[in-house]
Amino acid sequence: MKLHHMTVSQVADRIRKREISSEEVTRYIIDRIKEVDDRVGAYITVTEEQALAKAREVDRLIGEGEALADIAGVPMALKDNMCTEDIKTTCASNILNNFVPPYSATVYSRLDRAGGVLVGKTNMDEFAMGSSTENSGFKKTYNPWDLQRVPGGSSGGSAAAVASGTAFFALGSDTGGSIRQPAALCGVVGMKPTYGRVSRYGLVAFASSLDQIGPITRDVTDCAIVLNHISGYDEFDSTSVDLDVPDFTRSLKGEIKGLRVAIPAEYFAEGIDPHVKNTVMAAIKDFEKLGAVCEEVSLPHTEYALAAYYIIASAEASSNLARYDGIRYGYRAEGFKDLKDLFVATRSRGFGDEVKRRIMLGTYALSSGYYDAYYKKAQKVRTLVKQDFDRVFDGYDVVVCPTSPTVAFKAGEKTHDPLQMYLSDVYTIPVNIAGLPGISVPCGFVDGLPVGLQIIGKPFDEGTVLAAAYAYEQNTGHNGARPQI
Amino acid sequence: MITRKDVEYVAELARLEFSEEDKENFTKTLNDILKYAEKLNEVDTEEVPPTAHILSVKNVFREDRVRPSMDRDKILQNAPDSDKGCFRVPRVIE
Repeated sequence: MKLHHMTVSQVADRIRKREISSEEVTRYIIDRIKEVDDRVGAYITVTEEQALAKAREVDRLIGEGEALADIAGVPMALKDNMCTEDIKTTCASNILNNFVPPYSATVYSRLDRAGGVLVGKTNMDEFAMGSSTENSGFKKTYNPWDLQRVPGGSSGGSAAAVASGTAFFALGSDTGGSIRQPAALCGVVGMKPTYGRVSRYGLVAFASSLDQIGPITRDVTDCAIVLNHISGYDEFDSTSVDLDVPDFTRSLKGEIKGLRVAIPAEYFAEGIDPHVKNTVMAAIKDFEKLGAVCEEVSLPHTEYALAAYYIIASAEASSNLARYDGIRYGYRAEGFKDLKDLFVATRSRGFGDEVKRRIMLGTYALSSGYYDAYYKKAQKVRTLVKQDFDRVFDGYDVVVCPTSPTVAFKAGEKTHDPLQMYLSDVYTIPVNIAGLPGISVPCGFVDGLPVGLQIIGKPFDEGTVLAAAYAYEQNTGHNGARPQI
Repeated sequence: MITRKDVEYVAELARLEFSEEDKENFTKTLNDILKYAEKLNEVDTEEVPPTAHILSVKNVFREDRVRPSMDRDKILQNAPDSDKGCFRVPRVIE
């Protein structure tokens, strides 16, 4: 197996046993980025010098016989909406094109302390608003399985980096499916943990009641390993929950006899590509073969989740993005008349079209006279979506369904129709609305393009989600394929 | 149904400005999205409480301890314009 196709656990093991140094692995990955990333476009910033310095430090500690964490010396990437001290953090937006954070996100501090080697910051839809990474203010990212197609989004750069072998793992952020949908479209594993499981400190805010950071990896074991490092209470994020974090790798047993699996009928109705549907149905048969009890259930408010999401997420975004005013950091427009004109010119030139559309929608939904009709109504529907899941989880351990209704689509195919683009997230959004953990794992191919299977769990029960995903992966071998690039 | 005038009003609230062509575009796409959102009116929510976020935490307090904050010079390195340790803005008082 080529080095760049190895998993985190494989490469970390070789580094610990000193069969290869972290510096050699890091140099190899940097060279690979130079070789393939002009075609894939996963990275906005490559941190070559810092990465090699960090790798040498890890090698020195290993040489001194230090007991290191299970990711020590392993090259990783972060989505460019997570603050990295002294390393540019842009959110793929022109309004932050020169922003160098004076502090680091908690997730980065934790991975850095554990010896992870940051090789770069990945491309994304501007401010994480999009489902194809085509809304980046800087560049396009392409799907490593077919360079004519999108990698999904908004964490498209992170998913494409892991799939194309330019990082062993990456972090993404997921507000409405932005980890799971690109993971599905790029044939890798992506998990959105329960809201509150992972600190959002240092994550540039999009919709604060929905945003959550999670791992993108090559297999379920790596997902558990990375989740172990980033989970847990953080005094800098008062919505992070003070609960014990189990060792998630201990959930990986490969045995799911008797697991109660709910199959929501609404996720297989109109709008799904019939080939994707057949692939997911085959995966459900595999669960039955493994001894799981699969039964059809109803999540009746599913069809309203998408509309509620676009009101809630846009309302929160319009408020969060009010801070970009050209005063304290980021871009400031030239040639303004007065303070208000400075705000207007900076924001109008700094933000891209999709970001402006969401700010406009959110401002409208929160404005006097429309608040009850849109925002409050959406919050009430949110309650109903959550109650649907609560009812199902009274009788079942996990929900299994498709991650996205289609495989990766062609670049440019949906850019002129925002609603069509939004529909790409129709199966992932309810999970954010209800704050639940969800994972996407590869479950096969349609016309050479990966299909993702989504497994959703109870709040803070990532362990059962990972157990189900691991058993499926180990018994079907659907995690082995890598794109030829 | 929102009009071009609504778009101009909301843009003013959001501190954004648009070209005439963009105003037309935004009027159309915002109407498409809002029309889709009308779907929510099919749901009876009379007795349903709203959910702002899914955690049960309300106010989170901590001890009011004195501790160092971030380095001022480091923060000001990101400022488009600064002077004597402050952010510099255009004159706001005539």
